[in-house]
Amino acid sequence: MEPFTTFHGLIATLDRANVDTDQIIPKQFLKSIKRTGFGENLFFDWRYLPNNKPNPDFELNQPRFDGASILVTRNNFGCGSSREHAVWALKQYGFKVIIAPWQERDGSHVPAFADIFRNNSVKNGLLTIELSPDEVEEIFEMVGRFPGLEGTVNLEEQRFVLHLDEEIAFHFDIDAGVKEHLQRGLDDISLTLEHEDDITTFEKSRNFIAVPE
Amino acid sequence: MGKTLFEKIWNSHVVKELPDGSYLLYIDRHLIHEVTSPQAFEGLRMTNRQVRRTDLTFATMDHNVPTDDQSVIKDAISKAQIEALEKNCHDFGIELYGLNSDRQGIVHVIGPELGITLPGMTMVCGDSHTSTHGAFGTLAFGIGTSEVEHVLATQTLRQMKPKTFKVAFTGELDPFVTSKDMILKLIGIIGTAGGTGYVLEYTGDAVASLSMESRMTICNMSIEAGARAGMIAPDETTFQYIADKKRPFAPTGKDFEKAVAYWETLPSDPDAEFDRTLTIEAGSIAPQVTWGTNPGMVMDVTGSIPAPDDVPGYSQKDVEQALTYMGLEPGTPLTDIPLDTVFLGSCTNARIEDLRRAASMVTGRKKAKDVRVMVVPGSQQVRVQAEAEGLDKVFKDFGAEWRLAGCSMCLGMNPDQLREGERCASTSNRNFEGRQGKGGRTHLVSPEMAAAAAIEGHFVDLRTWENS
Repeated sequence: MEPFTTFHGLIATLDRANVDTDQIIPKQFLKSIKRTGFGENLFFDWRYLPNNKPNPDFELNQPRFDGASILVTRNNFGCGSSREHAVWALKQYGFKVIIAPWQERDGSHVPAFADIFRNNSVKNGLLTIELSPDEVEEIFEMVGRFPGLEGTVNLEEQRFVLHLDEEIAFHFDIDAGVKEHLQRGLDDISLTLEHEDDITTFEKSRNFIAVPE
Repeated sequence: MGKTLFEKIWNSHVVKELPDGSYLLYIDRHLIHEVTSPQAFEGLRMTNRQVRRTDLTFATMDHNVPTDDQSVIKDAISKAQIEALEKNCHDFGIELYGLNSDRQGIVHVIGPELGITLPGMTMVCGDSHTSTHGAFGTLAFGIGTSEVEHVLATQTLRQMKPKTFKVAFTGELDPFVTSKDMILKLIGIIGTAGGTGYVLEYTGDAVASLSMESRMTICNMSIEAGARAGMIAPDETTFQYIADKKRPFAPTGKDFEKAVAYWETLPSDPDAEFDRTLTIEAGSIAPQVTWGTNPGMVMDVTGSIPAPDDVPGYSQKDVEQALTYMGLEPGTPLTDIPLDTVFLGSCTNARIEDLRRAASMVTGRKKAKDVRVMVVPGSQQVRVQAEAEGLDKVFKDFGAEWRLAGCSMCLGMNPDQLREGERCASTSNRNFEGRQGKGGRTHLVSPEMAAAAAIEGHFVDLRTWENS
């Protein structure tokens, strides 16, 4: 995986909450046994008309979002199925960063991204950034007002900057482990296998309920 | 301070705490299926790695398989994926319950049925409904394909420690209300992201009195509340289910006694603390029906379609989009909505008990004239059992299609799909746009609610329905 340090790109908005992985990549595309070829089918049911022509009403089909690589959307993005194909589709379409708001509900902090989706994103070098509802609202407003608006992510500094005449910067939090993983582009399996002795010791010491067959 | 069920299992599976604050967690059981595994095996081949514990890895095919005739798979791409699983299992030495196996079925139905799922274990699968197995007091959760590859290669996962959330259902359920209604009610209250970052534990008298099948329905839909895992403490009901002689991978004799002694130590200690708790009075729960495009858009069957500006937790735009997709007008009573299809199946509600309950309601009756009814058992074993009890005949006489085992119309990866605009009462778990077929409209309900809807052609309140 390529290390993620800083990234600069065009911002697109998708004004929908609870976008589930069935929408991100519908089931008919999960039959592939490859890791590639998903980008063209991202958001398939929203993006294309029944005649397979692009749906002009779908936000990401607007010409001003051509070549966008930072997606700003609403709360609970990536909910539902565990399909990693959703992350592959977003990456292969060209997105490197997804930004969404956390929510306050009954006094609880509700994360912006679904758990499994967020895990899958890390494994593929897709950065998910969680901001406050007001901050995300502000980005939506600015993207609406200034077509072609670009942004820069600095992962080391945990900053996202909107490139307006006067720059607007947002700080974001990220798990230390996730940050390091993305910055170094680490391969998890190699890292874990460095602990192979520990795994073997654990297996031997563990009071396993053996599989009788 | 005491420990929760989750903490006890988590602590006993930590191989190592890693410097970045995550944990290397040992995985006792790994289930795989055809859709989320091919790229993981490809990764192993590219790096010359082997499967570390083939004895702890079990495979079946479920998502993609036809449920009418499994001898021919007409879709060439589906066929290639099924053949890839056969080759991968053969090459890496993994036990596969394929299409001609009497153990084939939905992965979350066969795990418990074969005794692969046991209390106190960690269990994963490349499928979000792995939470189902939590009904046994198992820490079970869904993972992506990269993690599938990680588990195949190392039998471990790198995980952050989740928080704990206790949901207590106190009192007694109405006789016409089921565990499906309990979980839908919870999702309606906390929302589809209310459990994100947590492991749920379901407790209370209304949970303790449920059968294993009904407990599995609740845990299955934990992910629909955003929680990767949902758990229920193991008890006598759990032990009796496991002791059933037909479970080839469950311990027996002295091993079983030893296991039970350990399993009895697992329930949360009385003074254990949870990060969040919620109590729901079970007696207050009515039969639930979803009206929108996610499982949190749900209400009592006595309700009417809400106005877009009147749904807590959703913006007006969210609700407008959902109602447009669902083809519904605010103010319409749920019981007035005509249905085209009834689907009884999926890892949520296709176990023998679900089929028995639905069959008992339709015995001697005929389905509503214009409604298509499909019954898809969760596994070949469930199908064989149901046929031995004559349930297939009951459903066929009723006018339903009786199918072979698979995920079927829950996600429509096989030919079982809704057509554009068709409206379905479904015992499955997701009412997302297009889930059951592009343009299809899904209402999630219990098997009893689905059976009654198949008779009447629309939803009814089982508590006051004249045929109850």
